[in-house]
Amino acid sequence: MKVHPAAWGALVLLFAAVIGLQMIQAAQPPLGVPDGVTTNLLYVRSPEALSRATVSFRALAADVYWIRAVQHYGGTKLSKEPNKQYDVLYPLLDVTTSLDPYFDVVYKFGSVFLAEPYPAGAGRPDQAIALLEKGLRTTPGKWELAQGVGFVYYWWLADYQRAAMWFNRAADMPSAPDWLRPLAAVTLAQGGNRASSRVLWTEIARNGDADWLRDQAAFRLEQLDALDGIEFIQRVVQQYRGRTGALPASWTEMIRAGFLRGVPTDPTDVPFQLDPATGQVKLDPSSSLNPLPTTQPTP
Amino acid sequence: MRVIGHVAVNVFKESVRDKVLYNLVVFAVLLMSASYLIGELTAGQDVKIIKDLGLASISVFGLAIAVFIGIGLVWKEVERRSIYALLSKPMRRQEFLLGKYCGLVLTLVINVAVMTAAYYAVLAYMQAISPPNLRASWPAPATDPALLKAIALIMLELMLVTAIAVLFSTFSSPFLSAMLTAGVWVIGHFNQDLRDYGATIPSPLAAAIARGVYYVVPNFSAFDIKLQVVHAQAVPFSYVGLTTLYGFTYIAFVLVGAVIIFSRRDFK
Repeated sequence: MKVHPAAWGALVLLFAAVIGLQMIQAAQPPLGVPDGVTTNLLYVRSPEALSRATVSFRALAADVYWIRAVQHYGGTKLSKEPNKQYDVLYPLLDVTTSLDPYFDVVYKFGSVFLAEPYPAGAGRPDQAIALLEKGLRTTPGKWELAQGVGFVYYWWLADYQRAAMWFNRAADMPSAPDWLRPLAAVTLAQGGNRASSRVLWTEIARNGDADWLRDQAAFRLEQLDALDGIEFIQRVVQQYRGRTGALPASWTEMIRAGFLRGVPTDPTDVPFQLDPATGQVKLDPSSSLNPLPTTQPTP
Repeated sequence: MRVIGHVAVNVFKESVRDKVLYNLVVFAVLLMSASYLIGELTAGQDVKIIKDLGLASISVFGLAIAVFIGIGLVWKEVERRSIYALLSKPMRRQEFLLGKYCGLVLTLVINVAVMTAAYYAVLAYMQAISPPNLRASWPAPATDPALLKAIALIMLELMLVTAIAVLFSTFSSPFLSAMLTAGVWVIGHFNQDLRDYGATIPSPLAAAIARGVYYVVPNFSAFDIKLQVVHAQAVPFSYVGLTTLYGFTYIAFVLVGAVIIFSRRDFK
């Protein structure tokens, strides 16, 4: 049967109308949701139920949940919302690892997402540890997961006793690297000093599973360099005070007096700030390295 | 055997005429677009996800073909009344039925083979564009030959599903056959639960029945090693061998049952 020419015209016209209306709709401001209502939905909360429902496609369902977790974390982190909510992050990661218990990266990266302080992360190191311990129940010989638990205790909870215990436990596992045992000893003896922090981040920068994790390690190493720099400049300021009997009013004064060759900068080339009243050296508020971690100086 | 071969080739030609092989285009587009789009969403897990997606797609496309074509194989001939003309020829009923089955299996084998080739091509491309440090973090290369073990067992599973669909199509309508085949497939994936059921119920009789059903219903979960191969977990050849033996034995059992039912069926 021959199609009426008007039908083709109508088809094109209606298609253009659909696209046009969608464009108008997209340009409208979003309706928003009432205060206190979250749009973060987890349709199935039970990992067991989901595991059954996905029959032989559990691994693919785990991938979908992993993508949801990454999107939830990234979307929330980058959003301009004043009240960022990472409320479904742990359930999403829990479901993912129940569907595919061997999905190592979920334990490793998920624990980073969870432990990172709010608002850059969920600020839940307890959940990060729970996730990593769940991974260890599936693969008890995976040293990276035990090291991850130690790392959370070390970096986010500053519990050096437990951190050293977990580093030792990781060192006992098959194919664990040589640097774990000395790290455990240093952590136990000196707590969170900069040298042991540097060992940890250097290893992550060298062997991290993803670019963003290696970038994160490089950022942390720059922060440690900034702390070293501040400490060094602080000593020079004290030397200036010792010799002149007064605190320097600016970097220029110190340069003129021959204490510095130029304006000292942090690893991102932003000049350090000098407080003329107290002589305290700190990062410029505009530096991307803010806020600096609290670590003890290397002995 | 020659008669079976003729019927099988005709079934394959019919499936080509019915544009069944179009699914290969959908499969290729799905994998290629996923490999392009997914990288930004997965925090570096694109190869793992493409492996999962490819295996799941081979399984889903194959299942759709096995069920929806399998259920119509016999019914269509009866409905068109061409069965009378066919059976009046020098062809026994079992030859007709086995020919139909082999034809659909041939269609599936060609489908799965082409999908596997496309799957490996996409994985090889992803391997080539991945930096060495990322490749070092993978549990196995993107083009890990062990994936073929999972594909082989998927193929065997599809052959069993086809046999079950053919069995149901010998005595019931396509809709009912589809429902029954899908039902057996789902129950077959929950087989493990039937075995464990006995430990949770007090009645020894109910436990014995559950255990009996466990042995009778095809154990489809045994064919599913997708998760293991993607994570480069060891799947011994003895496991693959035993599962293959189980699969072929079950297929033979179902086909013999189908032949008996079809031989006794009255088409008047």
